[in-house]
Amino acid sequence: MSVQGWTFTLVGATFALYVLIALRSRALSTTEFYVAGAHVPPLANGMATAADWMSAASFLSMAGLISFSGYDGSVYLLGWTGGYVLLALLLAPYLRRFGKYTVPDFIGDRYYGRSARLVAVVAALFVSFTYVAGQMRGVGVVFSRFLEVPVDTGVVIGMAIVFLYAVLGGMKGITYTQVAQYCVLITAFLVPAIFLSILVTGNAIPQLGFGADAVDSGRSLLAKLDGLHEELGFAPYTSGTKSTLDVFCITMALMVGTAGLPHVIVRFYTVPRVRDARVSAFWALLFIAILYTAAPAVAAFSRTNLIESVEGAPYAAADAGELETPLPDWFRNWEDTDLIAWVDKNGDGRVQYRPGAAFAALPGQTKVKPVFRAAPDDPAGRGSRGERLLENAPTGNENELYVDRDIMVLAAPEIAALPAWVIALVAAGGLAAALSTAAGLLLVVSSAVSHDLLKRGFARDLPEKGELLAARASAAVAVVVAGYLGIHPPGFVAEVVAFAFGLAASSFFPAIVLGIFWKRTTRAGAVAGMIAGLAFTVAYIIHFKFLGGDPANLWFGISPEGIGTLGMVVNASITIAVSLLTPPPPPEVVALVESVRTPRDTSSWSGDAAG
Amino acid sequence: MTDRREAEAALREERVRAANERYWRRSLRLVAVLLTVWFAVSFGCGILLREPLDAYTLPGTGFPLGFWFAQQGAIVTFVVLVAIYVLAAARLDADLAEERNRIAFDLGGDGGDGERSA
Repeated sequence: MSVQGWTFTLVGATFALYVLIALRSRALSTTEFYVAGAHVPPLANGMATAADWMSAASFLSMAGLISFSGYDGSVYLLGWTGGYVLLALLLAPYLRRFGKYTVPDFIGDRYYGRSARLVAVVAALFVSFTYVAGQMRGVGVVFSRFLEVPVDTGVVIGMAIVFLYAVLGGMKGITYTQVAQYCVLITAFLVPAIFLSILVTGNAIPQLGFGADAVDSGRSLLAKLDGLHEELGFAPYTSGTKSTLDVFCITMALMVGTAGLPHVIVRFYTVPRVRDARVSAFWALLFIAILYTAAPAVAAFSRTNLIESVEGAPYAAADAGELETPLPDWFRNWEDTDLIAWVDKNGDGRVQYRPGAAFAALPGQTKVKPVFRAAPDDPAGRGSRGERLLENAPTGNENELYVDRDIMVLAAPEIAALPAWVIALVAAGGLAAALSTAAGLLLVVSSAVSHDLLKRGFARDLPEKGELLAARASAAVAVVVAGYLGIHPPGFVAEVVAFAFGLAASSFFPAIVLGIFWKRTTRAGAVAGMIAGLAFTVAYIIHFKFLGGDPANLWFGISPEGIGTLGMVVNASITIAVSLLTPPPPPEVVALVESVRTPRDTSSWSGDAAG
Repeated sequence: MTDRREAEAALREERVRAANERYWRRSLRLVAVLLTVWFAVSFGCGILLREPLDAYTLPGTGFPLGFWFAQQGAIVTFVVLVAIYVLAAARLDADLAEERNRIAFDLGGDGGDGERSA
């Protein structure tokens, strides 16, 4: 069977499975819609959390990002796993003991009033929408690349699937489809990783192959890779280029942001008991760690493969000398999809891969992307060796190669010459990762509207049936809006997704943690802190990212991605200062804090009874 | 003898409160210890001390030590930390439940069922 045949079969089969699960787990009450009736077993919740968490970015882009940035890529690995330690130790058990349905629920009750709840709702909506647009786009891209349907059609198909299980099933439907999606995505990530590991190091376990000796070289893979980097003039793979302080701040912002993301926190409301919340945090981190320890290995394998098969290779087979191997076919295949480009600056017909951009951005481009003169099948757009010609002007450096970072995972099976079904599996995995995250986010949006804004805000006498209807309606609207954003992405979406973490770090995290661990925190303190933290972080990001702030003026060299760390410090300092200047919180709030700190049930050995 | 009953109830309440506070202090200590390790392996070994640590390799592998902490070691430690937390927190819960039962029993209470939540 062809790659496309396999892809249709596997994607079709997994979609059928998701729809089947959705039809079998319809939500009949608001509790089922918001938190799956709080009946999810911890192991299943762990898998669902992992799928919820690992988005198209984790699955498709992260390994590529690390592959091109080496040690600097550690910020994502540390940030997106270390946050779960904070979540497990500081948030999950206490929020589960508190009960209720959403993050704004806790903020609203702990900070006694609508103002705090409203700030939390706005922050939750903002974070979720920026994040979900990227996911829908990811769905479209996978469709277009593997099934040759237009990106927009892909987005619409993705919308239809998510609509079905998010609107019908609510959290209940989402949870069980996410369990299936985790299984699909982890298999899809590990199978090519194992093949690559065997190919490059002879070790079948990627995590071990990462530290093993490279095949036929007599030295470790990482030493070999550092050597290759040195020969070509790149910074060593294992030491990177960012300053230590910047790496520190970005990692901290990602960690704390992870722990403050509403679609992740809400998953811990879905289990029966407090102990189950802790156990499911463990399972979630374990399931995430399986992918996150394989990803840097895939990054190193692909990097080695890329340099070895491309550097110095003649583009046209006719140019190849006796001892030379011409460029492999995948190079031309991906060139045809605009993701690889080559400009023969020195006219020797061979690819030179060096640091720096091979060509300049065109006017109006924010990032350097190749723009080709003609479609791949048009001979007029081809150069003397058969390469595709570019509109972009070549730069003065020696580098002749452009490689889109995203292809490191997508092209890995081809680079390693794996069978067609593996390529199809990667496509199904990418879709599973994008759909599961999109669904989790859409649920946060829907509950923020129907529960936090209507039921607990402006329409308190809404009956249960009406609230459920409102929840379904807002989920439906959210799916359509997300789809629209996926089809017409505002230019800043890709940038903003990374900042969702900074915003979560500078708003929710300090408010929740201080709310639990410091009884004296007052409403005025928390509201002032959240607003100050958000305003500070947003201002810094907008100044340096969108208004063309000079990078030389960055505070202490902290890039906008890491500013959430300072935002969090600003939030916490202001919360503490204002709290000390305002009257202490009322006794019933102090009692609430005490009740989330200690188990309720006195006779059970298993921790708390169901709340 | 309602006075004696009231005094007993007050005493029992006082002891339960003390037990709760002890539980909270022990929870805080547990979290503090685990977060210290969390910080040490990620920000400490993986970031702040990466350069000096990279002079060594992880025995039996080709990993420079600091790089290993940043891309694998810290993640593995995170999983272990949460596992320890799950077990230790369950232990604290069990101790508290036992202590609350003892308080109820010592003072001739109703076996602790009185405070069971709905």
